[in-house]
Amino acid sequence: MSESLTLEKPRSPRRRAARRNNFELYSWAFMRISGLALVILVLGHLFIMNILDGGVHRINFAFVAGRWSSPFWQFWDLAMLWLAQLHGGNGLRTIIDDYARKDTTRFWLKMLLYASMAVILVLGTLVIFTFDPNITA
Amino acid sequence: MTAVAEPTNDTSQIPAPEGSVTITVKILRFNPEIDNEPHWESYDVPALPTDRVLNLLMNIKNYADGTLSFRRSCAHGICGSDAMQINGINRLACKVLVKDLLAKDGKPTTVSVAPIKGLPTMKDLYVDMEPFFEAFRSVKPYLIAYGNEPTNERYQSAADRERFDDTTKCILCACCTSSCPVYWADGSYFGPAAIVNAHRFIFDSRDEASEERLDILNDTEGVWRCRTTFNCTDACPRGIQVTKAIQEVKRALLFKRT
Ligand code: HEM
Ligand code: SF4
Ligand code: SF4
Ligand code: FES
Repeated sequence: MSESLTLEKPRSPRRRAARRNNFELYSWAFMRISGLALVILVLGHLFIMNILDGGVHRINFAFVAGRWSSPFWQFWDLAMLWLAQLHGGNGLRTIIDDYARKDTTRFWLKMLLYASMAVILVLGTLVIFTFDPNITA
Repeated sequence: MTAVAEPTNDTSQIPAPEGSVTITVKILRFNPEIDNEPHWESYDVPALPTDRVLNLLMNIKNYADGTLSFRRSCAHGICGSDAMQINGINRLACKVLVKDLLAKDGKPTTVSVAPIKGLPTMKDLYVDMEPFFEAFRSVKPYLIAYGNEPTNERYQSAADRERFDDTTKCILCACCTSSCPVYWADGSYFGPAAIVNAHRFIFDSRDEASEERLDILNDTEGVWRCRTTFNCTDACPRGIQVTKAIQEVKRALLFKRT
């Protein structure tokens, strides 16, 4: 009797065993919580920058320097930067998971996403903390 | 490219009972042995307002083109075989009445019928249901209880039974899963039907494997992929509050454990 080969049928669905970790749960909860925080942070930001006292027309170097001299606005902008970046990044991760057809595409798109997130987070944080109001042009 | 008129088919043999009106049924047809991709064909069929879409398909198959392929068995909304996209909405062909599809003010009526999306079309209106049932099986949709078998029935209070009553009604027709945009894009998502059937046992007081099922649904392709778009609830021919059931599983994961 010939030994039978056990090969999977072509395109048979892959399903890995459950991994018992809560990553997707936490990222789901994070989307809701950061979303709520962003409503206040982003709408507040847009209101101050674009509507209050003449809006965009008064924004210049001195205006930004003035705002960042206060730890309150430093914290506001830092929170907005991190929450928006992680929220948007995690949202894009979901979209990549949805639409990438091949695992390699999925992997590289995510690497690109994570790298760009890291650059923006590091750069943004650096600027908020090391901003020098006395810089000469 | 020139526009090609949709082929019209000879439907003169279909009996036209008194009171019937002629309506155009457009069917997305696909024969894997001939066609590279699906194409629309039109059939002018006499229909009574009390007919169901399934009757029209049966008439086309019996009198116009015997090669038309679709699933049906009970013809009474019980077996869940004949899920299809009727006018773009997932429905059981045996539960949609012609009178609900007729155009207003006696204008000519066209009804489009296509296979459900997200599962591979095998021929015309029937699809390969295996990926759907694979997801269903992987949530362990059966009673799991440990310890000694009771000598009598496993009793349950009416209130405990009520807890999962809604999700016992599922007939596994796949209307929900094949209307889910997440499932369309990512076929490894369990899909609403599998979650409904996990819910059926997770909230059953007699079952002892809720933890196991919650673990399965907590994973990458589980409930957290759902975007709460309610397509599934709108599609369910049994009126199951599918999205609500999914939220209840999320809630159990968030607040009952972790
Ligand atoms: C104004 C306040 C905001 C609220 C309340 C909010 C809320 C949410 C929620 C609840 C989700 C999850 C949807 C789901 O999983 O079903 C989400 C997804 C997403 N958010 Fe936000 N968000 C806000 C701002 C932002 C901002 C500023 C960005 C961009 C940086 C962003 C980008 C995204 C992306 C890309 C997704 C993924 C979309 C998807 O899953 O299809 N959101 N948002
Ligand atoms: S509510 Fe969730 S499961 Fe239902 S169709 Fe929308 S994404 Fe899919
Ligand atoms: S939940 Fe409703 S739509 Fe989904 S498979 Fe069951 S009966 Fe069909
Ligand atoms: S044929 Fe059984 S549900 Fe329609």
